[in-house]
Amino acid sequence: MSDAVTLTPPSTVDDRTNGLILPLRVRDLVLRLGEAPVLDGLNLDLGPTGCTMVMGPNGSGKSLLLKLLHGLAQPTSGQIVWGEHTAADVTARQALVFQKPVLLRRSVAANLDFVLRMRGKNRGRRDALLDHVGLAHKANQPARLLSGGEAQRLALARALATDPEVLFLDEPTASLDPASVMAIEQIVSDARLRGVRIIFVTHDLGQARRMANDVVFLHRGRLAEHTAASEFFPEPQSQAARDYLSGRIVV
Amino acid sequence: MFFPEHLENLHSIGEAFALALQLVLSGDPDLLEIVALSLRVSLTATAVACLIGLPIGALVAISRFRGRTIVLVVMNALMGLPPVVVGLLVYLHLSRSGPLGFLGLLYTPTAMIIAQTILIAPIVAALSRQVLEDLHAEYAEQFRSLCLTRGQAVAALLWDARYSLLTVGLAGFGRAVAEVGAVIIVGGNIDHLTRVMTTAIALETSKGDLALALALGVVLLAISLSVNAAVQTLRLTATRQAYV
Ligand SMILES: Nc1ncnc2c1ncn2[C@@H]1O[C@H](COP(=O)(O)OP(=O)(O)OP(=O)(O)O)[C@@H](O)[C@H]1O
Ligand SMILES: [Mg+2]
Repeated sequence: MSDAVTLTPPSTVDDRTNGLILPLRVRDLVLRLGEAPVLDGLNLDLGPTGCTMVMGPNGSGKSLLLKLLHGLAQPTSGQIVWGEHTAADVTARQALVFQKPVLLRRSVAANLDFVLRMRGKNRGRRDALLDHVGLAHKANQPARLLSGGEAQRLALARALATDPEVLFLDEPTASLDPASVMAIEQIVSDARLRGVRIIFVTHDLGQARRMANDVVFLHRGRLAEHTAASEFFPEPQSQAARDYLSGRIVV
Repeated sequence: MFFPEHLENLHSIGEAFALALQLVLSGDPDLLEIVALSLRVSLTATAVACLIGLPIGALVAISRFRGRTIVLVVMNALMGLPPVVVGLLVYLHLSRSGPLGFLGLLYTPTAMIIAQTILIAPIVAALSRQVLEDLHAEYAEQFRSLCLTRGQAVAALLWDARYSLLTVGLAGFGRAVAEVGAVIIVGGNIDHLTRVMTTAIALETSKGDLALALALGVVLLAISLSVNAAVQTLRLTATRQAYV
């Protein structure tokens, strides 16, 4: 890596927008990929704090919704407003842990070094971050030889390294053992207590119950319901969510 | 008198082999000079071709623009440039009546470097484009999420593809050091000035001095084998460390 890269002022991305990026307002969001819309007329309001769980059957559009909210893709129509900003303007203030994490062809430690350097963060935090996600003993191993769960944890550490105000998690514990699931949930809860807004996709009902303040339920690209957690689990409003919670297949 | 002549020929080939080995092992100054010039010309050409070809490959790899498919077709077609045609074109430009004739570069090592650079820069560009495009497809979304600048993204791609790119460079060098058509036209195979391994082999063989030709052939073969061994070793190392 050339030194010229480290010298580029890291603050440029962050300076582009000031002010609050919450609450989130989504209006008439449509995403068409090919023929059928994969997201169809979504309206959604998310408050400034807490943890929102996004649920729904496979292919209901959860991952795509996260990418749109994070500004990685343009909707076909509709609006996404973070505070007063467009999604593309606030990407740098958010982090997304992808469903399939992409790790650089470098060591575990170098993966974190890279993000810290690119984003102008203090590189001394690397070891603490590795420790935080329980990967300190793997620091010098090639990241691409990590197990699925370890790779997820490194991806989470990388996301935290950017000090996001909003943290998107796309099934981050899908391949973790029970103890690691608890560890990740603890890390995410800590982040939430520090004021990070969490938007979390999961299929794990127990996890959803433990983490959720509110639940967004998608079904075939539409918002089936958006309900407080205290209501959603005992008494979901939509037929789709009732079927999903009771284990009946809804695609 | 066919039979004795045939025998004599066999005899002289055997003798030539012995002489060739002796030349190589004793470090014959003429031989060393030719080998050194070959390496200087082809290594320089490879370096310049990488300086030109890598950025072009990287740029095309990460950009989407109109006519991109045409650019790709042209890049791939240029990989197969015939050395003699490149030699001829460079000759026409550098000859005294040519547009660059005033530089007086014809029949100098610089002319040979230019010709070989033109020959292998497209190879470096096309192969590195492929390597970097595949990697970019994998990294692009993550990089956008991290809000990397284009420069940061390219630097990271080049670094993470370093093993593959090294093999691309070696492929270019292998082609440069083994070609004869371009360097013989623009270099002229002048003793102590522009004589490289391939041109010397061509000339000495036609003159009947098989010993020097064979000796150079042995060295050239050794270089080619080493380059290939290096490529294999790099691949293995990279695979073992999960860098591919
Ligand atoms: N690039 C694309 N082109 C066309 N269709 C796509 C593309 N990406 C996703 N889709 C389709 O959009 C739908 C929603 O995909 P998405 O990945 O958001 O589902 P999901 O809710 O995250 O599912 P899962 O629970 O399996 O992760 C799927 O039917 C998928 O096939
Ligand atoms: Mg998904």
